[in-house]
Amino acid sequence: MPTETSATPPAIHLEQVSRQYAMGESAIRAVDDVSLTVPKGEFLALLGSSGSGKSTLLNLMAGLDRPTSGAIHAAGRNLAELSALELARYRRHTIGMVFQSFNLLPRMTLEENVELPLRLAEVERGERATRVREALDRVKLSKRTGHRPSELSGGEQQRTAIARALVNRPQILLADEPTGNLDSATGETIMNLLREIQSAGMTIVMVTHERPLAERFADRLAIMGDGKLLTTSPAQKSGGAQ
Amino acid sequence: MKLRDMTELAVRNLREAMLRNSLTTLGVAVGVASLVAMLSLGVGLQQLANSRLTKSGLFDSIFVTPKTNLRGPGGGPPATRQPAAKARPLDADARAEIARLPDVIEVYPQIRFFTEVRFDGKPFATTVAGMPESSKSSGAFDGMQGSFFSSATAEEAILQIELAKELTGDTSGQAAKDPSGKDRMGRGLIGKDLVLRYAERQALPAEGGDGGGFGGFSVVPREKHLRIVGIVETEPASGFGGFGSGRLLIPLDVAETLRAAQINDLRDILRDTPSDKPSYASLTVRVKSPSQVDATEAKIKEMGFGAFSLLDASKSLRIFFSVFDLLLGIFGSLALAVATLGIINTLVMAILERRREIGVLKALGAADSDVRQLFFVEAGVMGFSGGLLGVFFGWLIGRALTLGTNIYLKRQDLPGVDIAAIPWWLFAGAIGFAVFVSLVAGLYPASRAAKLNPVDALRYE
Repeated sequence: MPTETSATPPAIHLEQVSRQYAMGESAIRAVDDVSLTVPKGEFLALLGSSGSGKSTLLNLMAGLDRPTSGAIHAAGRNLAELSALELARYRRHTIGMVFQSFNLLPRMTLEENVELPLRLAEVERGERATRVREALDRVKLSKRTGHRPSELSGGEQQRTAIARALVNRPQILLADEPTGNLDSATGETIMNLLREIQSAGMTIVMVTHERPLAERFADRLAIMGDGKLLTTSPAQKSGGAQ
Repeated sequence: MKLRDMTELAVRNLREAMLRNSLTTLGVAVGVASLVAMLSLGVGLQQLANSRLTKSGLFDSIFVTPKTNLRGPGGGPPATRQPAAKARPLDADARAEIARLPDVIEVYPQIRFFTEVRFDGKPFATTVAGMPESSKSSGAFDGMQGSFFSSATAEEAILQIELAKELTGDTSGQAAKDPSGKDRMGRGLIGKDLVLRYAERQALPAEGGDGGGFGGFSVVPREKHLRIVGIVETEPASGFGGFGSGRLLIPLDVAETLRAAQINDLRDILRDTPSDKPSYASLTVRVKSPSQVDATEAKIKEMGFGAFSLLDASKSLRIFFSVFDLLLGIFGSLALAVATLGIINTLVMAILERRREIGVLKALGAADSDVRQLFFVEAGVMGFSGGLLGVFFGWLIGRALTLGTNIYLKRQDLPGVDIAAIPWWLFAGAIGFAVFVSLVAGLYPASRAAKLNPVDALRYE
């Protein structure tokens, strides 16, 4: 497991990050003064109860949201200082995102869904076909390329979403409750897939509320509560990843 | 994102809400169709008027008179005009000189004289006019019975229908009112001969008998046998630049060889400007195109003749049609303006429905500009499709109007016309305008879509 003290710069480094929302006249601190370092190649699980701020923190790491204060360093830059266009480029090239509800575009085939980030990145057509094939091979869905999401099972849809997140060859994979909509067996398959992807050198930050899964597959757990980072600890690996 | 990818995505998105987008596109098509139909009508009528007027020779012609004879605009009332001491005669030499001017394609005199014809042994008083060969394409002889002169020197005549009625004794005009009566009249006249009786002008030597001067002319009665080859209903254009009003039309070359005495012969003698060469009361000068009229007119004036053209009237006509087209365009655009509201509505609905999709696109790396452009392209595709369809519908409306008009004209026994035309600029302009209007309509929805917060959009159920 990589450690925070390794010589290489971390994949993500958060410095006293806060995200505050105005709610009428009062302010809600969804993320409150969080400092966290995610070394390259680590599989970090963000745990916490509902409303603890873990998804907000993930959105901040993804550049989908901006911190009210603090700094988020990723890919050598402070995301808080980037323009909207630079943040879009960061999302396009540096990270891949996986969602609880898969978020595949229903009218597109599986292949077209996976191809979408490549279109946004203006990758040439010939190159796109190769990369889509590779990504789908990796999640073992290369035989269902012409199907629409509604024709796939939940697990297959999530595998497609993972292929879509990986197709632009990002450095960091951010997963928001990737097993939340799946049964336990399928969830385990997805976790095995993520672990496999991590073993190829990918940094993974996963939001989950399923501690046992996190313990088994992640390298480190970060526990959040009321917007604060309560503790970080190495995972126990009690069940062992397959 | 590249434009090609953007367009593919936009078309795919539009296909998903097929019914709604088709109806919106149809709205644009109806708007464009009304615009195109209106403008094509304006353009068609303008082209029709231009072609008729151009064929009539009114706008590419200059009417030339001797300076002292100008009674056209600019000449002023007779009492205020200064009589020219020695005005240059408008004779054969002058005609040849004018014909040599650049851009001049034809110079011909207006030969018109009052005389008598005999048909079936009965005398009829009428006016004879010489028709140049070019008058065949003037449109004045469209739909005539029989045929035009077989050659420029053929001893043939075309009768104006009023004269034809007199010759056949149909003075009430009953026979000419229905097609079968006209056919009967044609059969009774075409191919038959009539005798033209006229006064030929013969020059006399000057008094004193030295043989070198010109002593006026005598008038000798002559006869000419002419074969009737056609009957024309309209009176071929008279007045400036026209062919002169006449009820018996003969080839101009034949009319010239007659050397028939005309009114100006007597005038020349009285004004002490006689010549043994025949002079003309007026000449009609035709140039290659109306744009050359001004320059040629100025040159003719420099030569010492009076000249007048109807080009100013042509300019007024163009201004009139420009204003007419503008008004038609404004009325036609109203439907398109309504259609733009449809586009705005459709795209705003699409944003609501595709809120989550916009969030996903942003999470995958789409910039605000990508989302904006995507909606913009969708609006543009609807505009382009609607424009294309609208031009087709507009063309159909134009055809239908032309068909209806021609059915009506045929019932009136008049030749058909094309009252609607879609030139390339109208075709391209209508589609371009539809795309432009659609893009303007897409501005607000596209901007709204681009500004969506991706976190909120991803949460949207």
